[in-house]
Amino acid sequence: MALTSSNDIEFRSVTKKYGALTAVSDINLSISKGAFLALLGPSGCGKTTCLRMIGGFEQPSEGTIHIAGREMNGVAAYHRPVNMVFQHYALFPHFNVEQNVAYGLRQMRPRLSRAEISRRVGEALAMVRLDGFAGRRIHEMSGGQQQRVALARAIVNRPSVLLLDEPLAALDKKLRTAMQIELQTLQRELGITFVLVTHDQEEALSMADTVCVMSAGRIRQLGAPQEIYDRPADLFVADFVGKTNRIEAVAEAGGTVLRLADGSAMSSSAHSTGGGAGVPNGKVTIAIRPEKMRMSRAAAPGPAFKGRVTHRIFLGSVTEYAVAVPGLGDFLVTEDRNGLATDNMVSPGEEVFLGFPPEAAHVFPVQQP
Amino acid sequence: MRALVTAVYLFLYAPIALVVLFSFNAGRSAVQFTGFSADWYGKALSNVLLMDALKNSLLIAATSAILAVVFGTMAAMGLERLGARMRALFDGLLAAAIVVPGVVIGIATLVALVQLFDVLNPLLAGLWPGQEAPKLQLGYGSIIAAHGLFTMALVTMIVKARIASLGRDIVEASSDLYASPLTTFREIVLPQILPAVLAGFLLAFTFSFDDFIIAFFVAGSKTTLPIYIFASIRRGVTPEINAVATMVLGASLLMILIARFLMREKTTR
Ligand SMILES: Nc1ncnc2c1ncn2[C@@H]1O[C@H](COP(=O)(O)OP(=O)(O)O)[C@@H](O)[C@H]1O
Ligand SMILES: [Mg+2]
Repeated sequence: MALTSSNDIEFRSVTKKYGALTAVSDINLSISKGAFLALLGPSGCGKTTCLRMIGGFEQPSEGTIHIAGREMNGVAAYHRPVNMVFQHYALFPHFNVEQNVAYGLRQMRPRLSRAEISRRVGEALAMVRLDGFAGRRIHEMSGGQQQRVALARAIVNRPSVLLLDEPLAALDKKLRTAMQIELQTLQRELGITFVLVTHDQEEALSMADTVCVMSAGRIRQLGAPQEIYDRPADLFVADFVGKTNRIEAVAEAGGTVLRLADGSAMSSSAHSTGGGAGVPNGKVTIAIRPEKMRMSRAAAPGPAFKGRVTHRIFLGSVTEYAVAVPGLGDFLVTEDRNGLATDNMVSPGEEVFLGFPPEAAHVFPVQQP
Repeated sequence: MRALVTAVYLFLYAPIALVVLFSFNAGRSAVQFTGFSADWYGKALSNVLLMDALKNSLLIAATSAILAVVFGTMAAMGLERLGARMRALFDGLLAAAIVVPGVVIGIATLVALVQLFDVLNPLLAGLWPGQEAPKLQLGYGSIIAAHGLFTMALVTMIVKARIASLGRDIVEASSDLYASPLTTFREIVLPQILPAVLAGFLLAFTFSFDDFIIAFFVAGSKTTLPIYIFASIRRGVTPEINAVATMVLGASLLMILIARFLMREKTTR
């Protein structure tokens, strides 16, 4: 792989082992300058380890990491042009807000003048809307404010890469949403490469321009949020990112016919098969997003299942229905308000038909053990 | 039950109270209180031999406590970096070092030093360019070494607990913000562990200042305050000795109280 200067960070066959445990396994990843990348995956999949290897707090067991074209193996954290926003902020408790934010600037060589430091600290505090808090002690700040101090302390140094480890996890939902928007705005204004670690798929999809889905130390899919959501590379991604209905089936006749558990068959040719490759004969799983399902009281053309509504959950802008289909299991269906008028909503106990456009069904071969 | 508890406490504290009481006795007797006076304090403070012993004790306590704090803190920081198994081993060794009786430490140090001197002194004499080679012998140095080693374990324990409660987060944050390990220690770690370090110093100082047993074995011809008190008691207990004991008690209590305060502050913050 040729090294291009537009890449801020490159992982080349990076593996990290802790004793017998492999936390990160043979990762190859390029993050271009100015990108907003989200490392998304369940807890323990190696996201933090990847971030810590960029920051210089862990060294790869195998492979190399490059930052701005320079190989970083063996380079100490304090010599790296990146800054990190720690999950629990890691603010210095014996310093006030201003001293915390100024800390990185004070370490810079050649030394910055006092005036310069205080100007930049002021700017950074204004950027995170904390002007007027300079003299506050850390323990006098709320969680959300501490979060901003941590952010200011990192961006004040104008690093080429900002690393964020679940920065919003400790905030309540309302504050989290507000901070998501602020972070996004900040990233665009500063043009700094952001690498965000999160286990929250909504956060990853809404903030990042590239999402890297990980599981068990490996990358499962890398792509734009829409691509990840609409064309999941495998069943894990389909399950982890957004909600998914799963139908077990058996592919027959060279993968052109899918026989379902209730004996019915559907044609596979029109269905997207993960990554575009055809499915071989054998067990498969069909994945369909709840909002792609169509629910009606009368049978509609196309593939359809007959079932009975068991639950209805009104969520405001959308309504979720649980529908039990004999032989196939439970389905989740999301209808927005336009789908069915409020006074005509389907009620639990009603019999309905579920349909879906063929292209909404993703067919994945089931890995044989 | 209540009576028993009262008896136990009486048994523990009555002698100490008596010592304090009789230090203010106007007469010479250590059994008959004949009136209130602070004269014996004045006598004690003008006793040259006593003041000499006190000076020795202060010097030894200060030096050994400084050594204990420097090396104990370094040890505590180093232990943080060990793997789990090595750390468990060293934790065990530390705890063991603290419970070893003073007599054993005294004898062990004495034997070790005497044997070391036996090896070193001839070597020194051979290598010395002048006529009279200095001879290594028991004295201040050996007391400081013995006290310093013992109290270092104490300091290590106290500082280690504080470092563990620090977490690696702020150390990493400092290094993330371009600070070298030395700067991180000076600006971030040291201010955080300072109360524990000071508490360790005070406890080490108090221990050394009060210690009789270890000093008795390794002091050689030198006299520390506890050794002086021990020697003079053989000539009979006087109110002067009671006055000295009361002053030592007061100073020790004060230092231990300060140390406790310093250690408590760290946990509540
Ligand atoms: N310092 C460490 N020592 C041993 N195992 C570790 C260490 N750090 C992380 N691990 C293990 O590596 C795996 C990945 O951890 P991590 O990168 O923190 O996951 P994530 O951030 O995705 O939740 C986990 O199984 C974790 O227990
Ligand atoms: Mg993590």
